[in-house]
Amino acid sequence: MKKIDIEGLHQQFKKELIKEKRKISIIQLFILVIFLFLWEVASQQYWIDPLIFSSPRKIWDLLITNFFDGTLWPHLYTTLFETILGFIIGTLFGTILATILWWFPFTAKVLDPYLVVLNSMPKVALGPILIVAIGPTMTSIIAMGVIISIIITTIVVYTAFREVDPNFLKVLQTFRATRWQMFKEAILPSSFPVIISTLKVNVGLSWVGVIVGEFLVSKQGLGYLIIYGFQVFNFTLVLMALVIIAIFATVMYKGVELIEKQLIKNN
Amino acid sequence: MGFLDVIDVSHIYFSKESTTTALLDVSFTVDKGEFISLLGPSGCGKTTLLSIISGLIEPTFGTITLENERVGTNNRHIGYMLQQDYLFPWKTIEENILLGLKLMSRLDQQTRKTALALLEKMGLYNVEDKYPKELSGGMRQRVALVRTLATEPKVLLLDEPFSALDFQTKLKLEDLVFNTLKQFNKTAILVTHDIGEAIAMSDRIYLFSKRPGTIVREFTVPDELRHLEPFQARNHPTYNDLFQIIWEELNELEKN
Repeated sequence: MKKIDIEGLHQQFKKELIKEKRKISIIQLFILVIFLFLWEVASQQYWIDPLIFSSPRKIWDLLITNFFDGTLWPHLYTTLFETILGFIIGTLFGTILATILWWFPFTAKVLDPYLVVLNSMPKVALGPILIVAIGPTMTSIIAMGVIISIIITTIVVYTAFREVDPNFLKVLQTFRATRWQMFKEAILPSSFPVIISTLKVNVGLSWVGVIVGEFLVSKQGLGYLIIYGFQVFNFTLVLMALVIIAIFATVMYKGVELIEKQLIKNN
Repeated sequence: MGFLDVIDVSHIYFSKESTTTALLDVSFTVDKGEFISLLGPSGCGKTTLLSIISGLIEPTFGTITLENERVGTNNRHIGYMLQQDYLFPWKTIEENILLGLKLMSRLDQQTRKTALALLEKMGLYNVEDKYPKELSGGMRQRVALVRTLATEPKVLLLDEPFSALDFQTKLKLEDLVFNTLKQFNKTAILVTHDIGEAIAMSDRIYLFSKRPGTIVREFTVPDELRHLEPFQARNHPTYNDLFQIIWEELNELEKN
């Protein structure tokens, strides 16, 4: 029999993997650099209107200035606080609502058309009403973050609850499990993957809700900076706020991914 | 009256378009420690019957009694093992086998020890902290059996528990289940469409017809086969004779 150098082949395989990963990273970085470079050049050469599209350097300078003179911080805190709260409340209450629907199937049947209507309706359109009802405060902005994610969370999680393999429930029934025990032992744990993926969607949705909310009423926050920048025609400020939002939304998304890895190791 | 009595059970499923009579006038009696097989083609209402016996669903007509007491939906003396193991993938093996005890609020040091000892009896060592996906199909089905036996049911219902396994594993598990049940003197009802399995494992066999499911014949397995382990029973000459008889009977049924 021919002697096969398994160890050597494995090393080679690993080397190939690392090589590919490095190649991908390099290309990704390259695209970013090219994009920023072209933007900068285009802006300086007036290929694009620098008043509207600003330039990476101007955005960077503004960011550094605002960062160190402390004017950026209150805006950042406010928006982050509102978004995280909206995100948590939306997901939590959506899951609780889904639980109620699962618990009372008759109620679920009755409410079905209303959920569909609520889900199809653009929730941001409720903004003005919310502001008048709750008042032009941070509460109504958080409420925007909540309503935009709560209905879709309810629908998706409720669907996941219903799709749990009935045989798991049958096993529990043979042990005379109560409805609460069935929920705790089978329904909830087997729906964790779906709940986590709604978390990912809700990260994006909460940002939308909060930013729109800030457009409408706030005196502070990244959404406020965007609207303010727009009103005084300072698009460098608008773009800076956008960059910050992109960074923090990504960080939140990555955070959810970490939770996901922890929670569903064994599903 | 026997140990377990199935009395005039009929069951009808309703849907908007149609009604299906799944079971019609099914009656039989099981003595304590007996092993009964319900044999029949797919769709003869066997699984429905098991669900009714275990109290999971109420029959449209008829009653089930265990030791002369009516079996209701809060019955705690009938264990049920499904076609597949349905171990909870997010629970460890230990959590899985203690599930029934936990749900019935009977989990304490003593019952826990008994359940874990049962695991070793089934030839499963050092698996308590593993997760189901780390075990083979045969091992998982053994864990599912431990989960069912842990609550010490008086009657054990087996719904084609070996059908999802490969042949070799199936033969080994048949012997294991047979010996375990005999040792604890458990009463068991096995649902199967495998003639050989029914003969090798049971004391008596009820043959079911298809839609509506009803008993067409009863076979008593000869003494010389009853006391043999399933694997040895399969090699006994009498086994083949009975197999032929039931085979022809089943073929007759399919013609009609």
